[in-house]
Amino acid sequence: MKSMTFSKGGMHPHDHKLTADRPIENMILPATVWIPLIQHIGSPAQVLVKEGDLVKVGTLIAKGQGMISAPVHSSVSGTVIKVDTVLDAGGFRKPAVLIKRDGDNWEEGIVRNFDLVKSIDYSPDQITDKINDGGLVGKGGATFPTRVKYLVPPGRSVDTLLINGVECEPYLTSDHRLMLERPEEVVLGSNLLRFTLGVKLAIIGVEENKADAIKILRQTIDAMGLSPPKGFLQAHMKAKAGPSDNPSRAGYIAVIALKVKYPQGAEKQLIEAILGREVPSGKLPLDVGVIVNNVATAHSAYKIVQKHKPMVERIVTVTGDGIARPGNYKIRIGMLVREVLQELGFVPSSNTKVILGGPMMGKTLTSLDVPVTKGCSGILVLQGEQHSRQAVGACIRCASCVSVCPMGLEPYLLEKLVGLGRLEEAEKHAIRDCVECGSCSYVCPAKRGILDYIRLGKAQLMRVKRS
Amino acid sequence: MVNDSAVLTVSLSPHVVGQQNTSWIMWSVVLALLPALGVGIYTFGWQALVVVLVVLASAVLTEFLVQVLFFSRRPKPALVLRGLHSKQSKWSIVDGSAALTGLLLALNLPVGIPLWQAALGGVFAIAVAKMAFGGLGHNPFNPALAGRAFMLASFPVTMTSFARPYDWQAMVDGLTAPTILTGVKEGLKQGLDLGQILSAAPTYFEQFLGNEGGCIGEASALALLLGGVFLLATKVISWEMPFFFLLGLGGLTGMFFMLDPSQYINPLYHLLSGGAVLAAFFMITDMVTSPMSFVGKIIFAFSAGVLTALIRLFGSYPEGASYAILIMNALVPLIDRYSKPSRFGRLKKPLSKELKA
Amino acid sequence: MNSVLIAMLSLGATAALLALILFFVSKKFVVIGDERQVDVQALLPGINCGACGFAGCGGFASALLKAADKGDLADLRCPPGGQPVMDGIGAYFGLQTSSAEKVIAVLRCGGSCQASSTKVHYQGPVSCTVSHGLFAGEGGCSFGCLGQGDCVDVCKFDALSMNAKTGLPEIDAQKCTGCGACLKVCPRTLFFLRGLGKRERRVWINCSSTEKGALARKNCDKACIGCAKCVKVCEGIVGAISLVNNLAQLDPDKCIACGKCVPVCPTAAIMTSFELVKSKLNSIDALVTEVQA
Repeated sequence: MKSMTFSKGGMHPHDHKLTADRPIENMILPATVWIPLIQHIGSPAQVLVKEGDLVKVGTLIAKGQGMISAPVHSSVSGTVIKVDTVLDAGGFRKPAVLIKRDGDNWEEGIVRNFDLVKSIDYSPDQITDKINDGGLVGKGGATFPTRVKYLVPPGRSVDTLLINGVECEPYLTSDHRLMLERPEEVVLGSNLLRFTLGVKLAIIGVEENKADAIKILRQTIDAMGLSPPKGFLQAHMKAKAGPSDNPSRAGYIAVIALKVKYPQGAEKQLIEAILGREVPSGKLPLDVGVIVNNVATAHSAYKIVQKHKPMVERIVTVTGDGIARPGNYKIRIGMLVREVLQELGFVPSSNTKVILGGPMMGKTLTSLDVPVTKGCSGILVLQGEQHSRQAVGACIRCASCVSVCPMGLEPYLLEKLVGLGRLEEAEKHAIRDCVECGSCSYVCPAKRGILDYIRLGKAQLMRVKRS
Repeated sequence: MVNDSAVLTVSLSPHVVGQQNTSWIMWSVVLALLPALGVGIYTFGWQALVVVLVVLASAVLTEFLVQVLFFSRRPKPALVLRGLHSKQSKWSIVDGSAALTGLLLALNLPVGIPLWQAALGGVFAIAVAKMAFGGLGHNPFNPALAGRAFMLASFPVTMTSFARPYDWQAMVDGLTAPTILTGVKEGLKQGLDLGQILSAAPTYFEQFLGNEGGCIGEASALALLLGGVFLLATKVISWEMPFFFLLGLGGLTGMFFMLDPSQYINPLYHLLSGGAVLAAFFMITDMVTSPMSFVGKIIFAFSAGVLTALIRLFGSYPEGASYAILIMNALVPLIDRYSKPSRFGRLKKPLSKELKA
Repeated sequence: MNSVLIAMLSLGATAALLALILFFVSKKFVVIGDERQVDVQALLPGINCGACGFAGCGGFASALLKAADKGDLADLRCPPGGQPVMDGIGAYFGLQTSSAEKVIAVLRCGGSCQASSTKVHYQGPVSCTVSHGLFAGEGGCSFGCLGQGDCVDVCKFDALSMNAKTGLPEIDAQKCTGCGACLKVCPRTLFFLRGLGKRERRVWINCSSTEKGALARKNCDKACIGCAKCVKVCEGIVGAISLVNNLAQLDPDKCIACGKCVPVCPTAAIMTSFELVKSKLNSIDALVTEVQA
């Protein structure tokens, strides 16, 4: 079968997957953790502990409040030192709880062995509740509370669950390692989420550069008897959208190999790549009958529901220049980036960028005293001048930006319009549809900061709309 | 120990950039033209190299002088960048675009051109067709072709006196060799039989390898193809524009050939001679003066091919690629306007009902 | 000769025909507007800053005409033109115009390069709008000035300039018309408009950080640490200063610009538009007693 991919634009940046063959290791336990109360999109969690309280690993320390929110759990056992603020990536202070670690006592009921739990003993509603109580948010980086995704409004129907194992950002390998080392848990987690949604099919999309993961996932699915019967997958993918009438809640899981192309991990691109459905501008995947979750999210869902283990740690790829021991580490949430880097023998030099996430869309840190959060898939250090901005030349109309834009925009034109202050025209040319994947700035031979201009234009438009 | 005083750098994503840059693109096109230049020198003698060097020098020098004299102040961009790694080069000639224009123009000249005319062509191409519009990236017309059009209008005799291969000195004595296309056009006018005219012409294979009178760069289609393949392989150009240009040209001339083989020559002659290959790989693919979207590029290249065929078949010029491309250059803003890429998620028809349900 | 004649005649005839068409069209489709519009617009500064709340001076002129027909100009005001322009307009219509005090913009940040040392290097486009979303600022303060001069670019009166030494914008009180463009463009709303003050004496709190004292101080030497010393001093005089969210707030309407709060501030976060001279403090005391009486 021809490998699938999304149709518009895309490119393949040098992927630098240096840590793809490093097994997941446990990071040392930090002496103290700063656990931010906002690790998700939405309203901050309401703190439940106070200074001097004793907590265990997995103790609820803040509960979600409002419609879109997620609870926060302690990631270490110890004493609450204070409820204060901690810096986020941009250097803005956000409320957080400081906990001093003392040993490693886990909350009762959390199962820490690796025995597989295959049977689903809960109703879908119970599962969504459990997912919410476990503090699950999208682990791909957007950190959208997972429960909210699963509250399908009446009148809407979902027919497919997509599990995003694309990991198209250069450098990052945490999802790759997860699929390779815990294929059963990933598959069971995917099946669990599929069951919760009540759809017949969950599709795990993986890029071809992770052939080993594709193979092992397929074997696992076969072994568990979850692979779809012949022709089912093709028929499903051809169907534009089917009603999700599935009272028995039985179903299948399939793995689809995708051509290596950035930004395939973007939700809308992934849906188009696999199902050929275009999410209309300004709409959600739900509007085309799809829900997308990251593989790490699916894995955590399994841990939360079947092992009662809330989100207290996550796998982070720590890589880049100046790191003596790059690899994939299981890090407790709230551990400071400074401690992580220190532990891995980080040698700082001038012109250092420390990035949370990948190099294409990640955020640079203003300070190393920033905690690892639920959405942090990688800590990347880039040093030296080659990662600095280059001098800008004139646009030679090479059309690279147009040909790589996954949203079918004309980045060169948007750049020009924003530079001239012609915001209304920029809006007509769909500047708001830009997903800020950075492909245009990456390929530009004149090194023009196309995305800078697009961001400026979007911010200015926001301001005009507000006033 | 992580040093506390280490000052981090903050910047907007993306934090990595691609390897391609403008001067790399320009110099690789120059590199791709070298085989054609080599064959040109082999076919027409060292005089060819002299012509090329004169045009090159005049083009580069003109760009330099225009920049020094008129470009001392440039408008401030809307977003000034801070903390750049490399400094902007002060002189635009290092990006290779002037050298490329000069080389392209030179390859479009007959070897016997007086050197002062060649130099003037280079000056026009850069000063008028490129720098007057604001320099690299702002010129609406392909500077090399504009220079050639200017020279064709100004020096029609020297521009159309083509030397016989391996014998350019003979031209000094007034012995010139018409290209196939000129020969056919003139011959048909005089009422000669097509077969009679073509009997003297080189075979396709000779044309392909390089045994044809004409401009310096047009001697061998093979050498140009080599360069073209190199550019395709390094992804400097993409396939659609050369392909659709040749399709437009070959398609229309082929249609007429099939209708009346006694009046119209085999399209292979059209494709292999008269700079069609040079135009397809090096002229029409000029980034600055071609459309931005995929569909726009196809419209542009195909129309240019058809126009070339029309000029060759019915116009008074035996060769039409230059003019066809210049005409299409003028239409690029219009093509850009009406050939927008299809936007993701902006469906022409609203969502189907079953999806809404 | 004949051909020349024919050419001249035919071209001449074409030209005459076109001229006729133009003449006819210009007469037939002429738009007759309010003649006063032109007069009123001539009275306005003509800089189209939009500070009046309308689309440029033309828009303001139409609004003035409408209001004048109703007989009430009190709600309309041209901030950059100030009183002279409004007086002229009032005279033109024979109506009373509003007589608000002249206002100017004031920056509420003292986080200069000296006061707030560089904690991170910023690399990228020089634009407050873009970098505001990215990070707190090179000085580390998430409330302070980003120092990239969007306000300078937006000022139409050349009243703002970037001080290369401090990295902060400076306001030329003479040139500032109080149009408010900088207020709108600053992503951290560091500017505010206030009256010119009696004898042009102004006092204001030169900080916008609501961070707790120690944290604010860590980022910037000139930060307001919320110690409330100024509040206490002012309580005894006019009570113009209050403390909200660890930040002193000064009410310019109450302030008499006595300058007593300035020396008590431990971080020198209170700014004055005049020089505070020790020897004159006595006369200030007199002013204070006068006000209290």
